[in-house]
Amino acid sequence: MQQFVNLTLGGVITGAVYAAFALALVLIWRSTRIVNFAQGAMAAITTFIALSLIESGQSYWVGLVVALLAGLVIGAVVERLVIRPVEGGPELNAVIVTLGLFIAIQALISVLFGVNQRAFVAPFSTIGFRVGDNSLALSPNTLFTLGAVLLVMVGLTALFRFTRVGLAMRASAFGQEVARLLGVRVGRMLTLGWALAAVVGSLAGMLIAAEVTFVTPTYMDALIVFGFVAAVLGGLDSPVGAVVGGLLLGLLLSYVRGYVGDELVGLAALVVLVVVLLVRPGGLFSTTQTRRA
Amino acid sequence: MTRSSRRLVSFVAAATVASTLAACGGGGGGGGGGGGDEENEASDVGITEDTIRIGAHYPLTGVAAPGYSEIPTGVQAYFDYVNANGGVNGREIEWIYRDDAYNPTNTSQVVNQLVLEDEVFAIMGGLGTPTHNAVTDFLNSEGVPDLFVSSGSRLWDDPEEKPYTFGWQPDYEIEGKIIGQYVAENFPDAKVGLFLQGDDFGEDGAAGAKQFLEDQIVAEETYVPGNTDVRPQISALQAAGADLVLGFNVPSYTALSQLTALQLGYQPQWFYSNVGSDPALVGSLLARFSEGAVSDASLLDGVLTTEYIPTVDTPDDPWIQLYQRVWDESGQEGELTNYRAYGMSMAYTMIQALQSAGQNPTRDDLVAAVEQAGADWEGPGFAPFRYSEDKHAGYSGMLVSRIVGQGSEDLTPVLVTDNGDAEIEEYDGEATTPPESGIPDEEPVN
Amino acid sequence: MSDLQTPASAAGAATSDAPVSATAASNASSAQATGGRTFLPRNTLLRHLLVLVLCAVGAVVLLESTDLGFNAQIGYVAYYAIAAGGLTVLTGLNGQISLGHGALMAVGGYTTALMLDAEEPLPLVVIFLAAVALTSLVGAVVGVAAARLHGPYLAGATLALAVGLPGLALYFKETLGGEQGLTVSSPDRPEWFTEAIRTLSGGSPSGVKWIAYISVACLLITYFLLANLMRSRVGRTWRAVRDQEVAAELAGISLGTWRVVAFVVSAAAAGLAGAVLALVVRLTAPTAFTIVLSLSLLTAIVIGGLGSLFGALVGSVLLVFLPRLLRDAGESLDMDAAQAAEISYVVYGVILVVVMLFAPAGLVGSIRLALLRSRARRSARG
Repeated sequence: MQQFVNLTLGGVITGAVYAAFALALVLIWRSTRIVNFAQGAMAAITTFIALSLIESGQSYWVGLVVALLAGLVIGAVVERLVIRPVEGGPELNAVIVTLGLFIAIQALISVLFGVNQRAFVAPFSTIGFRVGDNSLALSPNTLFTLGAVLLVMVGLTALFRFTRVGLAMRASAFGQEVARLLGVRVGRMLTLGWALAAVVGSLAGMLIAAEVTFVTPTYMDALIVFGFVAAVLGGLDSPVGAVVGGLLLGLLLSYVRGYVGDELVGLAALVVLVVVLLVRPGGLFSTTQTRRA
Repeated sequence: MTRSSRRLVSFVAAATVASTLAACGGGGGGGGGGGGDEENEASDVGITEDTIRIGAHYPLTGVAAPGYSEIPTGVQAYFDYVNANGGVNGREIEWIYRDDAYNPTNTSQVVNQLVLEDEVFAIMGGLGTPTHNAVTDFLNSEGVPDLFVSSGSRLWDDPEEKPYTFGWQPDYEIEGKIIGQYVAENFPDAKVGLFLQGDDFGEDGAAGAKQFLEDQIVAEETYVPGNTDVRPQISALQAAGADLVLGFNVPSYTALSQLTALQLGYQPQWFYSNVGSDPALVGSLLARFSEGAVSDASLLDGVLTTEYIPTVDTPDDPWIQLYQRVWDESGQEGELTNYRAYGMSMAYTMIQALQSAGQNPTRDDLVAAVEQAGADWEGPGFAPFRYSEDKHAGYSGMLVSRIVGQGSEDLTPVLVTDNGDAEIEEYDGEATTPPESGIPDEEPVN
Repeated sequence: MSDLQTPASAAGAATSDAPVSATAASNASSAQATGGRTFLPRNTLLRHLLVLVLCAVGAVVLLESTDLGFNAQIGYVAYYAIAAGGLTVLTGLNGQISLGHGALMAVGGYTTALMLDAEEPLPLVVIFLAAVALTSLVGAVVGVAAARLHGPYLAGATLALAVGLPGLALYFKETLGGEQGLTVSSPDRPEWFTEAIRTLSGGSPSGVKWIAYISVACLLITYFLLANLMRSRVGRTWRAVRDQEVAAELAGISLGTWRVVAFVVSAAAAGLAGAVLALVVRLTAPTAFTIVLSLSLLTAIVIGGLGSLFGALVGSVLLVFLPRLLRDAGESLDMDAAQAAEISYVVYGVILVVVMLFAPAGLVGSIRLALLRSRARRSARG
């Protein structure tokens, strides 16, 4: 029983981590219709910048703010410099550009910060709460992670639903010409979308770093896959979907690890994704009508 | 090149290399032992009058790079030191290592390059089981000595099929046996849980341990390297009531399992195999947590482990002092770490092999030298090598120790054994100290 | 995935009439557009046969005039190019993205490894055909699921395939060797091959050379078959499915069926590529079939020029040689091996980005486009 509880709690935490990453992917998808493979590497480099500050004696919170700001700048610069020219072109070109960025940024992290593991100390205690004689796989820090992810989800939903900027961003993504006619400054919206996504990505990077405890330049690699799967599972259009998709995936993988075997985690992700997509080709929370096949 | 022709070649070589023991003429002092009156010749591929070229593959980028990418820098430092002191028989060692990112397709590509284009004399210390497994057939069919693979897999000990391939470190099975017997004798009532890396390392280690612990094992949990969430595994061990956990895992998973156990309030006796213990590295990873949320300063205190070569947590060890000197002289960035010490220990063995192979060795002479003299080499290892014509396995044993503060205390004498159901025995040899010059001085075998 | 196509062809022009449009359309169809100006036969099959023979002669000259180290590299190019050729049919012609072809290669690779390991292995040709057949079967299953999915959803599903499938090798470690993989015994070199090489260049062939020849032969045969398929009714149907869903359906084409067929064809190529990989690398292990492999294949077809076999080949050459050239350049600048490896990846990534920015139709596509433009300008002037 205790194992089941801990697997469930662990799954929720891992799921929250996937969700954090999926949120950033959803944001970029909503604003530019591009799946950003460089998301993980961009988040990792901001985490390493923050970690360097923390190691030099700054507090976690200073590091977090710097990471988010760095994410903002990197996101905007990347969009203006290399994404803008391929926007509206063949879809795969944008994919290859983000793949190129991924390879380059990840290698750059090794050059700048070295390849070895570094310890990343969480902002709150990671010791599990105790219930009677048993410790739960739930600690103050995991509450912080969960809270942060839910906050971002609510914030993004509100942004898209209730604000003019959010509306303008959605309009720019879906119909550039129409948006332009209506006076939306489409270019600016696209840059804003990427910058915001990179901020969310940086936050995800920081949260994930605290959960995995030891970071290397490649620490986000597994997240790229599972974060993407979570985003697709939820339906790429919906922040709520990303979080639900992340949590579902996290729980499933935790049970598979605990009861079946670590080797089949990837396969389990494949099976659940295929089953869900066969029933709902647009993901669990797809808002648009499924296209005719 | 068939096996029989190799034997023939080494026989011919034996007949031609003069066995006089005149002092090494020219080439600078202290260098290789022996050395005949003859001139240096370009006696085979990769060897010239004044150079000898050695190649290797390591993960320098990607997921396996942390730690492992330091090994070749240690090797580099030691070879630089030897070169600065006259090289081997007056020959300078050229050390070429390339990145394979721990991907077998890359490994086969870079080893092709090393053998066919760089034309190395021998491969040394190729790292990793799946990676090196991709190239042993090629190296053996090309007749390239494939010495001292950096992996404890038993695949490298196969003189029939792979006459050119040799292991170096104690294989995971004998380590598992030594650990298993120690636990069975000292913790007869313990409920044992296994925490295993999901490859031959975990498998062989578990197989060795099970020879003694079959009845005591209550849980067996495996992780796939790259997954950073071991909560499910540690929870399962805890749920099974294991009060002693044997870990066959790499250092980062030692740190991870310790922190996860702490989070779950799980406190078994931990016993990490040699690969995973590395107190200096794990300690430095965990140290940052002692400042923050984790209160216990010495998480690893009391953890059991095994050792077969000196480690940097014993700074008074004469070998470590030598390595420290060599490392400082090399002027490379970073500290002396256990990975670098590992590289230096292996480089030391390589020099012994080259010296034993004689003044103008062929590739086959090198292999014959390891087979004939390897078991008698005295070096940094606590136990002797098992090399012979029928056995290409590395070190024969290790000792069990307990991590105490920054150092460790030995709990057993050096224990030696062999694969299968060979007995575990105490090794009666003396502890070795490095020669004054820091460079071995082996006689040529022929 | 209608975004895949170019603005010009989206406007409704039949692809073969619009050779000036970028990427897939121009790459796939310019042969016909320029066919009248070449000295090659007009009959497609004859023309392709002639090209095949010329390429085979060229390959033998190349393999015999270069050293063994280069021969060995050719094997790597070959397996990348075979898989990329299949993928460019799927993605370029039929408009379906796949991030999971590395997993399909694993199916072919493991089949080959297991069958070569038998007491008395079957002839190599049979083994290769078995690898192709089995992978096609897996491809059909994946294809049925994939036919219902679009864009990022298909990308996500195939990405999960790339990560999930190799896990089976870890789980069934008794048969599939687990993490350390299955070593692949090199197939015996037949006597006639030894003789042929001896008369050809006087040297005695090694195992490396034999495998290089097998790889190149597989590559040429695959490209010959794919080229014919692309120029046939099947190819035209795929293009119709990609560009004109509604019109194609009205014309009685079943979209789903043709998408599955495209997946099966590209899976067959991936299976053969996996078989060649097994021979070249001499090992099949999960770490050899990671997501990196799948993404590399995609990179090869886009960088080379989507929808073009020649583009897939160029992309594969780049994939094999570029990182190495960069690394060697780094080492010649006095960096140590680790630094050189890291820096080479930085430069490699930047090159991918730059190519996409300045040659959006891929290398082959962009050059072809430039040629067509200058020709159009000339004819306009004259």
